[in-house]
Amino acid sequence: MRLRVDPVACAGHGLCADLLPEGITLDEWGYPLLDPLLDPLLDAEIPADLLPHARAAVAACPALALRLDPTGPDDRRHGRNRRSR
Amino acid sequence: MWTWYASRAAGLVSLVLLSGSVLLGIGGVTRAASARWPRFAVQRLHRNLSMLAVAFVALHVLTAVLDGYVPISWLDVLLPFTSAYEPWWLGLGTVALDLLLAVLVTTSLLRVRLGLRAWRAVHRAAYACWPVAVLHGIGLGGVDTTTWWVLTLTLACVAAVGVGLVRRTAVGTRP
Repeated sequence: MRLRVDPVACAGHGLCADLLPEGITLDEWGYPLLDPLLDPLLDAEIPADLLPHARAAVAACPALALRLDPTGPDDRRHGRNRRSR
Repeated sequence: MWTWYASRAAGLVSLVLLSGSVLLGIGGVTRAASARWPRFAVQRLHRNLSMLAVAFVALHVLTAVLDGYVPISWLDVLLPFTSAYEPWWLGLGTVALDLLLAVLVTTSLLRVRLGLRAWRAVHRAAYACWPVAVLHGIGLGGVDTTTWWVLTLTLACVAAVGVGLVRRTAVGTRP
């Protein structure tokens, strides 16, 4: 499972950072910054012990901008992201 | 006979819970928060209180039908303005229940599937559900409506949600 933020949908409510402080911090405008450990662009799986908190953060997002993505690291879109970095 | 009192009591509890739920929902839109009440707490309380309200509304409806002192059929529960007993005031309750069910289904079951735009459109039915439910209570309460503590409770709920609605109009439609 990987966390993904839809940057267009995100309205900076910031509930996710309260519910998953281990993985999400807010920038100065209140928009989420994913910890490198959870950043899907870095191909990071969410640690099992954080998964319930990640689910709570996803369920809490008022803008439906936070998602859990079950696709694996060999996913095509994922590979493209990795290459583009 | 206990079902009659249960129905009345559950109706009043529903009034308080629904009012609290509307207020907390408005608190979510207006981004109300403090150090002791972070936004996720406001949101989770809004969701839990709403579920509790649905349970009490269900109890209110079930006991009203099962009581049998006044004729309310199962059809009257979902089909408004058709009942033999107080068709107008009971019908308002039916309309409120239908709206509540619409909000319940879209919010808890279909929120992710619907997408934000459609979800918000249906969830706004809550703003229609609440006043219709309050009117239903005032109109059908009979002698109970003018009992001092019921009247106080109703007016307090109306005042609280009224203040909330004023604050709600101050913010736009941004999610």
